[in-house]
Amino acid sequence: MEKTMMKGNEAIGEAALRAGCRYYFGYPITPQNELLEHMANNLPKHDGVFLQSESELAGASMLYGVAATGKRVMTSSSSPGISLMQETISYLASAELPALIVNITRGGPGLGRITPAQSDYFQAVKGGGHGDYNLIVFAPASVQEMMDLTMLAFELGDKYRTPTMILGDGIIGQMMESVTLAEPVEIKQKKPWTVGRRKDRDYRNLVISAPFTNEEMVELNVRLQEKYREIEANEQRVECYRMDDAEFAIVAFGIVSRLSLAAVDSMRNKGYRVGLIRPITLWPFPEKAFASYPQVKGYLTVEMNEGQMVEDVRLAVNGAVPVHFYGRGGGFTPAPKQIEEKVAGIMEGGDLA
Amino acid sequence: MKQVFGKPKSLTENPFTYCPGCSHGIGHRLVAETLDELGIVENCVAVSTIGCSVRCWRNFDVDVVQGAHGRGMAVATGLKRALPDEVIFTYQGDGDLAAIGMAETMHAAARGEAITVVFINNSLFGATGGQLAPTTLAGQWTSTYPNGRDVDWTGEPIRMAEILASLPSTSYIAREALTSPKRILQAKKAVRKAFDVQINHNGFGLVELLAACPINLKLKPVDAVKWVEDKMIPYYPLGEIKNTKGVG
Ligand SMILES: Cc1ncc(C[n+]2csc(CCOP(=O)(O)OP(=O)(O)O)c2C)c(N)n1
Ligand code: SF4
Repeated sequence: MEKTMMKGNEAIGEAALRAGCRYYFGYPITPQNELLEHMANNLPKHDGVFLQSESELAGASMLYGVAATGKRVMTSSSSPGISLMQETISYLASAELPALIVNITRGGPGLGRITPAQSDYFQAVKGGGHGDYNLIVFAPASVQEMMDLTMLAFELGDKYRTPTMILGDGIIGQMMESVTLAEPVEIKQKKPWTVGRRKDRDYRNLVISAPFTNEEMVELNVRLQEKYREIEANEQRVECYRMDDAEFAIVAFGIVSRLSLAAVDSMRNKGYRVGLIRPITLWPFPEKAFASYPQVKGYLTVEMNEGQMVEDVRLAVNGAVPVHFYGRGGGFTPAPKQIEEKVAGIMEGGDLA
Repeated sequence: MKQVFGKPKSLTENPFTYCPGCSHGIGHRLVAETLDELGIVENCVAVSTIGCSVRCWRNFDVDVVQGAHGRGMAVATGLKRALPDEVIFTYQGDGDLAAIGMAETMHAAARGEAITVVFINNSLFGATGGQLAPTTLAGQWTSTYPNGRDVDWTGEPIRMAEILASLPSTSYIAREALTSPKRILQAKKAVRKAFDVQINHNGFGLVELLAACPINLKLKPVDAVKWVEDKMIPYYPLGEIKNTKGVG
C-alpha cells in the first residue's frame, strides 16, 4: 500500500477525496487553512465543488443543502468558526443529514489564540447547538488516524444518517508523519430519502427540521434517541495501552494521549503499574472500556483544557475509584515528564482507595 | 360543465394555514402555476425558510429542503452546486431575507447563483407577531416600535430589489404587488421570468412581491391590501428593475 509524508490537515482532505467527498465549503481560519487549501487545489481535479463561503454560517448552510442530496460533503474550521456553525449542525441532526465537520481546535474562550487546545470537548460531545442531539465525534491521535477516522466518519455518517465531527488540535493538524493512504471507496449505499430528480419515485422527499404537529416532534426525538442508543451500543472506539495489569490509568485523547503514552512507558520502566485509556470516539464515549479493568484503583484525566472529558470519565467510573484531573486551558501542552510527576504524586501520596 | 378555474397541479391537497386575507396564498399560487407551465415538478427543489411560510413544504408538490432562518440562499447554493440540472427556488419573507439573512442574500446574489428567489415583502415579521423588519415603512406601527418606526432611531427601510439589482452578477430583478387582479397577473409574469432566467440562462432571478399581512397591520383584509397599494407602492416602485438576459 502506498505510503507518503503529509500534514494532519492534508490527510483529512486526502481521506475525504478517497471517501468520495466532492463538496467542500469553508471560511479561512488558522490552524486549519492547509485543509481548506488542499480541497481548493484538489477538488477541481476530481470534478468536485470547492466554494469559499462568506461566513461559517453560510458555509454550514451550503453543506446542509448538499447533504440533502445525499452526496458526501464536508467543512472544516477552528473553534470560533465552529461556534457559528452550531445553528446548522443542530438542523443537520434534526433533519438526519450526514455531513462531516472538522474542528482543528484553538484555545479559547473568545477569539483566543491559535495555540493547540482541547477546550471544545463539551461543545463537540454534548450537542453543541440547541436541542437534544449528538454528533459522532472522533479524536485522532496521529496523521494516520486523521486519514482513517475521516474515512470512517463518512461511512458512519451515511450509515446512521447523522452529522459527524473530527475533533483535532493544531499539533496533529500541522505535524508531518508518514501515512498509508486509504483505498478509495465506491459509495454503494442507496439513499431513498434524498431530494433531486423525482423520476423514479412516486413520492416526494422532504428534508425538514420542523415537524407539523407536536406528536411528530415527539416522534422525531424518540427516533433520534433510539438511533443514539444504537450508536452508543455499536460504535465506541478506544485504545487501551498496558491496561491488563495496571493499578492506575491515565485517560487522554488526541495529542495528549501520545504524550501520556510516553509517560506510561517511562513509568513502567521504573516499576509503576500504569496504563492508558485513549478514547478514539469521544461520543459515543467508550465507557465500556472502564468496566473491563476493575483492578484499577484510580484515574488521572489529562487534557489541554480546564477539565471537560474528566466529567465523562467520572460518569463512566461512577464513583468506584477516584478520578483526578490535570490540565490547563489557553494553549498549555503538558510534557510527559509533568504527567509522570503528577501520576507519581497521586500513586505515592496514597491517594488511591 | 367545463372547468375554467382550479387548483394548480403543483399544489398538494394540504390546505393553506395562513390567516384570512394573507398574501402568502397568492404567492404560493403564482409559483405553483409557473411550475405547472414549465412542467418541472419532477426536477425542482424548493427551499423553505423561517417565517409564516416555513411550512410551504406542505403545499408545494415538489421536494423541499427547509433551511435555517435567513440561510435560504446558502442552502439553495449547496443544492444548485450539487444538482446543477435541477431547478432550485427559495421562498422567503422580508425578515428572513433582509434582516437575519442579509449576508447570505447578498453573497448568493453576488455570486450570481443560478437560483430563483420569491421574496414576499409584507413590511414586517409576521410569524412572531408584527415586529419591525428592515422593510417596515417610516412611521409604521410594529409591536417593537408601537409609536411607529422612527427613522432617526432605526434608519430608513431597505429597498432590497434595487440593492440586489446593483450587483453585477444578478440577471433578473423585479418588484410587483399582490394587490389587484391586474397587478397579480403582472406579478405572475415576473415570477415566470425569474424562473426562466435560471432555466435558460443559468442566471440569478429574484421577484419581490409586496404583500399584505392583515393580522399584524391590524386591518381588515380589504383595508390591508389598500394599505399596501397606498403606502408601500409609493416607497417600493413596481416593475422590472433588471433583465440583463432579456427574458420575456
Ligand atoms: C435564529 C432565529 N431567530 C429568530 C427566529 C424567530 N422567527 C421566526 S419567523 C421570524 C420572522 C419572520 O419574518 P418574515 O421573514 O418577514 O416572514 P413572515 O412571517 O412575515 O412571512 C422570526 C424572527 C427563528 N426562528 N430563528
Ligand atoms: S401573520 Fe401575516 S404573514 Fe403570517 S399568515 Fe398571518 S397574515 Fe400571513
